[in-house]
Formats: sequence, structure tokens, C-alpha cells
Amino acid sequence: MLNQLTISELTAKLTKREVSAREATQSCLDQIARVDGKIHAFISHDAGDALAQADAADKSISSGVIKPLLGVPIAIKDVLAVKNQPLNCASKILGNYISPYDATVIEKLKAAGAIVFGRLNMDEFAMGSSTENSAFGLTRNPWDITRIPGGSSGGSAAAVAADECLASLGSDRQPAALCGCVGLKPTYGRISRYGLVAFASSLDQIGPFTKDVRDAATLLGVMSGVDPRDSTSVPEPVPNYAASLTGDIRGMKLGLPKEYMIGGLDPEVKAAVDAAVKQLEKLGAEIVEISLPHTDYAVATYYIIATAEASANLARFDGIRYGARVDGNDPIELYARTRGAGFGAEVKRRIILGTYVLSSGYHDAYYLHAQKVRTLIRNDFLKAFEKVDAIVTPTTPTAAFKAGEKSGDPLQMYLSDIFTISCNLAGICGVSIPCGFTKSPKLPIGLQLLGKPFGEESLLKIAHAYEQATAWHKEKAGL
Amino acid sequence: MASVEIDVKYVAHLARLALTPEEEKSLGAQLGSILGYIEKLRELDVSGVEPTAHAVPMVNVTRADEIRPSLSQEAALRNAPQKGGGLFIVPKIVE
Repeated sequence: MLNQLTISELTAKLTKREVSAREATQSCLDQIARVDGKIHAFISHDAGDALAQADAADKSISSGVIKPLLGVPIAIKDVLAVKNQPLNCASKILGNYISPYDATVIEKLKAAGAIVFGRLNMDEFAMGSSTENSAFGLTRNPWDITRIPGGSSGGSAAAVAADECLASLGSDRQPAALCGCVGLKPTYGRISRYGLVAFASSLDQIGPFTKDVRDAATLLGVMSGVDPRDSTSVPEPVPNYAASLTGDIRGMKLGLPKEYMIGGLDPEVKAAVDAAVKQLEKLGAEIVEISLPHTDYAVATYYIIATAEASANLARFDGIRYGARVDGNDPIELYARTRGAGFGAEVKRRIILGTYVLSSGYHDAYYLHAQKVRTLIRNDFLKAFEKVDAIVTPTTPTAAFKAGEKSGDPLQMYLSDIFTISCNLAGICGVSIPCGFTKSPKLPIGLQLLGKPFGEESLLKIAHAYEQATAWHKEKAGL
Repeated sequence: MASVEIDVKYVAHLARLALTPEEEKSLGAQLGSILGYIEKLRELDVSGVEPTAHAVPMVNVTRADEIRPSLSQEAALRNAPQKGGGLFIVPKIVE
């Protein structure tokens, strides 16, 4: 089953001509036909286009071309522009939008030889933690289809966990933990955001979802680098990430934040994370207790900053230049009706909240205040990183919850992101890797490692060493 | 957790967002409790703390001011809801 392989396994077989890119792609398409009716990870996919790219890759392979992702099928979250493919951000408001250009990361994947295919489901405009806020229907968790896959990149994580692709692009770790794959959030500025539809500009960052840590290192290497089309991308050299996967973490210092042992932490998640910490200690890492005193303020800070930025970014969806339009008697009425009809409930909720915290009389009290708290949260991390090489936490407080369980209570939903949100505010890097399962039902548990700004090498080194010593990442959802 | 009153109708106007009366009602209640939760940030003394707008602050990123290829007119208009004569068609703005 070629669709079950990792990128490095498939690449080895392709180079030896044991298999073709067409066979690998076909095997992903067959898996989609077999299981996507149950999990709905994809909004759409263009099988003919994927196979045409595969044939082109096979031609290159037979003429001796060597590229890091040549012939590897990779699926894309519906938030990145892929030339001549639909782009909806899982929203109705974009109508029949077709991207006129490639995002920088897509250009880079294509240049590396990847077969770029599919539009993966997500929460509308990346606003959500369960992929229940999609205008195209729910995505379900491959381990238990009555449960959510996490969000906003639920489709990206579910597609990898269900072997519908070799890897995918998305933008967070919580779904990787809930679906049992590897999810990397690079440092803000590491990867260009050109062609990524903006939600919260100071927080957005694209990353890979993969079946193992080595594949995450490969993709990060391909995707990273400064881009003149994104003035917030950082001119920091791109190391050879695979070279850091030595398996040797002796003497590395790992911090355990005492604030993360919160009341809502599920006992099975806690037990799995405790066992993972013991394993890391056995591998030679030194475990140190640290403090991130402003942890409790992260969710509130995030929902001010993210909604404020979103309310400004989403002003561009007004029915003038693209997307669906609902007519009105004057321009203001046209905008309001178009947006009222096009946006879903969560997007409306966040636009209203974001507009409110930025409005006259409230800006300083909410937005500016939150930006200052953001500084305190960031300083907590920078201070911790003076003492440790990385921080170890659960990725989520519980395993995947049931569809519908939290959709009526936005605040409870927001709190499911409690361990991943501070990392986004601080602009550091993080990775989630599988570290166990709950007993009944069997659901994946994620271990989160957080690293210094541009500290992806250390992070991948630790994650890889742990992965080599365990077999969690090899378990498959029984679909 | 205290609830905060929010004038949804007024804010929706600022946001150019048409809401049904039911949406106004449910948003009012939900946002009230979210804002109530957010109030906890007031516990923190942030005097003398600089705001963080971006985690990686970079200033004055510039490029050479030169003519370069861009999207063709046809490509730029491809997704327009209404177009004509190589332009976006919009409702009359000036009498």
C-alpha cells in the first residue's frame, strides 16, 4: 500500500524505480475513494490533474532528475493559493474562486517535485478547533468517526492519518495530536505567508503534517526561507534539518511548565505525557521544572488579538473584486448583505468581537492591553529558554471530543487550544508527535515540544529521538 | 464570570455585516460571556510594558522601485462577480 508510506520510504522506492509516482498517486486516490465518504477530509480533489503531475514526475525520474519531493503526493489545506485550483477557505463567501497564482510554499513544493493536489477541509477562515465550522460539512476523526479531528486544519490531519496522501500542509498542532500524526508549527517568519489567505497576520504560519519526524524535517527544509513577497519572512539561513536527526539528545535540557498541569487535563493524557517525559529522560535528556506564569492569560489574549486582526483582514471580502455578491441599494448595503450571507456563525462572531475590541473607546482597554500581555507571555518563554533547550507539554488537555459536544459553547471550544495558543502568541516554534492512546475508545494523544525562535533543529532532534524509541507513530486508524 | 453588554447592532454596522434579529440576540449573549472571560486580563499590571504587535519585529523592509510583471487584466478580473469593459462593475457611489 504505497499511500501508507512515509515520504522517505516512497522516495527510496521511486529512486530505485521499484514503483512509479503514478502508482503512488493512484494509491492515494483509491484510498480517498474508499474512505473519504466516511471522514470527509477533502472538500474537492482533481484526480486527473494529480495523475498528470505524477506522469510528469515519472518522466523526470526516468531521465535521472533528483529532487527532494519528486513524485510525492502532498495535499493542501483550503487556505493556500494553488494556481488554477479552487480556493474557498471552507467559506461560502469566496463563491467559485479560482486562484490566479501559486502561494510561495506551493511554488517551492512544485519546484521540489511534489504532486500538489486536493483542497483539504478546515474551519471557515481557520476559525475553530474542530473543523465543525466549515461551509462544506464536518470532517471526522479517522480513529472514531463520531469525533472531531481538531481544527482548524482538521482535513490536513485526518487525510494524513487516513493515508489519503503522504503528507499535507496546514497550520496548527492540535489536529495533529487528535488524529495521531506529526504537526509542526515553524517559527513566525520562517516560511513565507504569500498566497496564504490571512486570518490573523501576526499569528498565521504554515506548517507540515506528516507521518514521521523525518518527513517534517524534509518538508520544513523545502518550505523555509525569506521571500521578497512577504515582508515578515525572516532572512535567517535555512539549515539542513535532516542532519539534526542524530538520535542523540544526551545532556539536552527540557523544561516542564508547572502551569500546564491544569484541572481540565485528562488523566490518560497526563499519564501518557508523564511516560514520554520518562522516556526522554532515559534517552539522556535532563528534565527541569520551569514556570510560565502568564499561561492562564493566553486564551483571552489570543481571542482579542486574533479577532482584531481577523476583522481587519476579512474586510476584503466585500463582494466587489471576487466571490459571491448579494446586491443592495447602495454600496454599504451590498457589502453588509454579501458578508451577512457569505460568512458562517463563528466568522461573524469573531468579526463582531474583533471590530468591538478595535472600536473607538475600547481599543486601548482591549487591544493595546492584550498586546502588552502578549509581551509578558513572550517574555515568559524567552526567560525559560535561557535555562532549557525545549519545553515539553501535552498538545491538548483531552483526546478528540465528540462532534457537537462543544459547538454550542464557543468559550469551551476556545479552551481546547490552551496549550498551543501561547506558542503562537510568543512566535516560537512547536511540534506535536504521537505519544500514546486512550484505552476506550482508542484515540491518539499528542506530546508537544516547544522551541526557541528558529530553534526547529533542536525540536526535530528531540522529537526524532523520542520517535525512534517508541512505535506510536506506526499505529494506523482502522478505517 | 461577569457578563459584558455589547451593542451588537452598532458593531455589526461598523463591520458591514447584515445580521438577522436571531443572530443579533445569540451573538449578544455569546460575546457577553466571552468578553466576561477576557476581563481576567485586567488583573495584570502592564504599566511600563511595551506592546508586541509582531513576534519578529522587522522594520523598513524595502525592495527596488522598479516595474515588474504582475497579473494580467484578464487574470485579475477572472473572479469578479460583475465585470465589463476590462473593469469591475460596482453600484453607483457618487450622484
